[in-house]
Amino acid sequence: MTAPSYTRADFQTDQEVRWCPGCGDYTILASVQQFLAGLGRPREEFVFVSGIGCAARFPYYMNTFGMHSIHGRAPAIASGIVASRPDLSVWVITGDGDALSIGGNHLIHALRRNVDMKILLFNNQIYGLTKGQYSPTSEAGKTTKSSPYGSIDYPFNPVSLALGAEATFVARTLDMDRNHTQGLLQAAYEHEGSAFIEIYQNCNVFNDKAFIQLTGKEERVHNRIDLEMGKPIVFDGGAKAVVMRDGQATVVDSSTVDPKAILVHDPTRPDPAIAFALSRLSHGPYGPTPLGIFRDVSRPTYEGQMHAQIDAAKEKNGEGDLARLIASQGTWTVKDPSSNGG
Amino acid sequence: MADEIATAEPSTTTNTETLDKVVIRFAGDSGDGMQVAGSRFTDASALFGNDLATLPSFPAEIRAPAGTLPGVSSFQVQIADFDILTAGDSPDCLVAMNPAALKKNLKDLQQGGTLVLNTDAFDERNLAKAGYETDPLEDGTLDGYRVIKVPMDDLTKEAVKDTGVSGRSVLRSKNFFALGLLAWLFHRPTQPTIDWAQKKFARTPEVAAANVAAFQAGYTFGEATEAAKITFEIKPAALRPGTYTNVNGNTALAWGLIAASKLSGLPLFYGTYPITPASDILHELARHKNFGVRTFQAEDEIAGVGSAIGAAFAGSLAVTGSSGPGIALKSEAISLAFTMELPLIVINVQRGGPSTGLPTKPEQSDLLFSLYGRHGESPIPVLAIASPSDAFELTIEAARIAIKYMTPVLLLSDNQVANGSEPWMLPDVNALESIDVQFAEHPNGPNGTFLPYMRDIDTFARPWAVPGTAGLEHRIGGLEKEAITGNVSYDPANHQLMTDSRAWKVANIVNDIPDLEVAGDEDAELLVLGWGSTFGSIRAAARRVRLAGGKVATLHLRHLNPMPQNLGEILHRYEKILIPELNTGQLRKVIRAEFLVDAKGLNKVAGEPFKISEITEKIEEMTK
Repeated sequence: MTAPSYTRADFQTDQEVRWCPGCGDYTILASVQQFLAGLGRPREEFVFVSGIGCAARFPYYMNTFGMHSIHGRAPAIASGIVASRPDLSVWVITGDGDALSIGGNHLIHALRRNVDMKILLFNNQIYGLTKGQYSPTSEAGKTTKSSPYGSIDYPFNPVSLALGAEATFVARTLDMDRNHTQGLLQAAYEHEGSAFIEIYQNCNVFNDKAFIQLTGKEERVHNRIDLEMGKPIVFDGGAKAVVMRDGQATVVDSSTVDPKAILVHDPTRPDPAIAFALSRLSHGPYGPTPLGIFRDVSRPTYEGQMHAQIDAAKEKNGEGDLARLIASQGTWTVKDPSSNGG
Repeated sequence: MADEIATAEPSTTTNTETLDKVVIRFAGDSGDGMQVAGSRFTDASALFGNDLATLPSFPAEIRAPAGTLPGVSSFQVQIADFDILTAGDSPDCLVAMNPAALKKNLKDLQQGGTLVLNTDAFDERNLAKAGYETDPLEDGTLDGYRVIKVPMDDLTKEAVKDTGVSGRSVLRSKNFFALGLLAWLFHRPTQPTIDWAQKKFARTPEVAAANVAAFQAGYTFGEATEAAKITFEIKPAALRPGTYTNVNGNTALAWGLIAASKLSGLPLFYGTYPITPASDILHELARHKNFGVRTFQAEDEIAGVGSAIGAAFAGSLAVTGSSGPGIALKSEAISLAFTMELPLIVINVQRGGPSTGLPTKPEQSDLLFSLYGRHGESPIPVLAIASPSDAFELTIEAARIAIKYMTPVLLLSDNQVANGSEPWMLPDVNALESIDVQFAEHPNGPNGTFLPYMRDIDTFARPWAVPGTAGLEHRIGGLEKEAITGNVSYDPANHQLMTDSRAWKVANIVNDIPDLEVAGDEDAELLVLGWGSTFGSIRAAARRVRLAGGKVATLHLRHLNPMPQNLGEILHRYEKILIPELNTGQLRKVIRAEFLVDAKGLNKVAGEPFKISEITEKIEEMTK
């Protein structure tokens, strides 16, 4: 069978897309549709699962199999799909409230188990669908409807969290950078196991310009750190560099250090410590912030091991025999008294 | 060695009395191995051919402080030469391994009953821990019982001295000593126990040897010392001809799931989180991976049901299991499965509540929660298992309903069904009716479109279209769906239609439910209605009343939603209705509301099943 030839339109549904005009979700949707069309893999082999929130409407707009489930539980539901059908390509669409607040538990456990699902976390640092409360990634002190005196919650750094859960693939991108996004989608797709991508996503209604330091024409030049495999980590036109100092990743003026001291990026390091250090360069998109793949390592997948155990059990004990199973605890026979001796 | 014991004839100076039934309770510290002793006695009796029923009782703590009342664990078994229905009200024989076990259980022992005591445990310290001010062995407490005093610690030490066990392991075998003594006292076959010990402890041969030695020493002790003047035999029961096994409800339920997987051709997926008393279902399923069983020990209860919902969407026979508190956590997800109309089995092995309540005790207090405990209009089918051996068949029934009607099904068990055991006549697995599964394969709408909410004209079920099927790409979710297309819809008339359609679909399942049959005296004045694990107690009580010349009819519900079609007609035939339940009157409330009958209740939430006498007394009171 030849690979199907798709265009982006083949992945669009007839449902009207209902995000606010100008929402970053539109760009991400376009990036994902375009990326999938380019893969040439049959559309019916994709499943998109979401929880609740603005981002969670995403599956309705994807002409694949999909489920818009309940708040925070998409990674758990996706785990069941993957375990049942490892042949499918399963994607979780989630937001900062969905993945990190109500669904935090499912996220970290899916990541540690390395269930083969691709988790796209649309981080807009605000609750949009409930109209503007602070989220677990909102900056401390943020004034919102539910925090009129400023939020006293210390925010999560989603990349640090995923690395802490020892996710095997962790990356970060920006909604409006479609090329960068698609590059990461490709890498995540090729990764065997769970892949986590934080996508900074602008909510132009409740938290506009939250990522201005990475998207503004002027600002991004100074603040965007592109992590690229095998390359020294430099940014700001080469003026700034990242070095490891006292166990921490530190930004320095390139001119002040020996070029050999500049950290060379390698997401395949088995130990997550340096990836974690890089994730600590910024706590939210404030000042110099790395984008790209933090970690990409290999570990057996959950479903792979599950099916290997099943295959091994069948090999060892033979295909299950129900009659033998129900007699396995010992049996006795009551004879028919009318049947003569028998 | 083994053969010598197994073939040994009882001493000629000891008389043998033949009983039609006997109730025995093993009681000791939770570390004394009483559950093992009870189960071994039970299995030997099962293989001998007695009818039996068991009732384990253990503390929620894994090791409560040794020697104390809260640390007492017990196992009751009734064996008989006829078909019995419960583990019996009060023991004829009590084994008490320490003063606390005696203190806690003596009140239940029949007057004149046999008491087997480990005298080595009756020291000052243990007596004090049990709250005895004087030694019950000497102060007259035990007058009126047949007491067999045995220094079991010393005799066990002596018995195992050459087996290679040492230190604390030595006394671990004393449950086998007690078991050996009971095997002698009740003429049990010994070989099954010896075989079991050798297989179970194959990896630690010294432990196997010690247990066998202690068991044989117990048997020999009885015989050699003529520990009792009378020994007892209970002849095999004339059960229906067939091949039997002794099974508890959790195991039979797990086997039912595996059977349903075979019958449907769907891989079994069990997503769950450990909780007492449901965990043994997970343990049993996890052993049988060669049936293709996928067990997923999730991070929490919600992930347990969530993963099962994902597995259902992906075309598995999807199951989640828990107990009351865990089901509460799953409630939101069950409503999701209901509105997405996916097949899912939800098992609730009920225990004493609310909250953590009595985790190891039986109760039936989740009925209303099962029927109504979801947000929105979410009526789902509810089934309740009547006895351990009923679990296999009813679990298959739950799977059949879930798949045929594309709906979650709640399957209720409880601690008595789950851990109690009874003989089960093995079904012919080749004669089990297969479960018809029809995955959608082709678009069902105009212009090659797929309509995920186009209902079947007979069942109202929507098609099950699994990922990977070309042309059937579709989205489902928690938002209200437009009839037929499944697209998101906020239309008022559509919500009415969809709410009604889902309710009709579930109500329509009634057509698959067989009519109820009244047992006992059809023309009685009083009908006793039950559900779930009270089946045995109610039937036994009715039998007792009828043997004494009274008239009573009984009826048992396994389908709680929808209820069988002829239930109303039956209820209205009787002048009086009694509903015994291990709750404060939950089925009674439903029956009164649905059928406008003046049903009375007999209700108990004491962490234990009904005694037969409690029900007979109520029946007599109502029929006098």
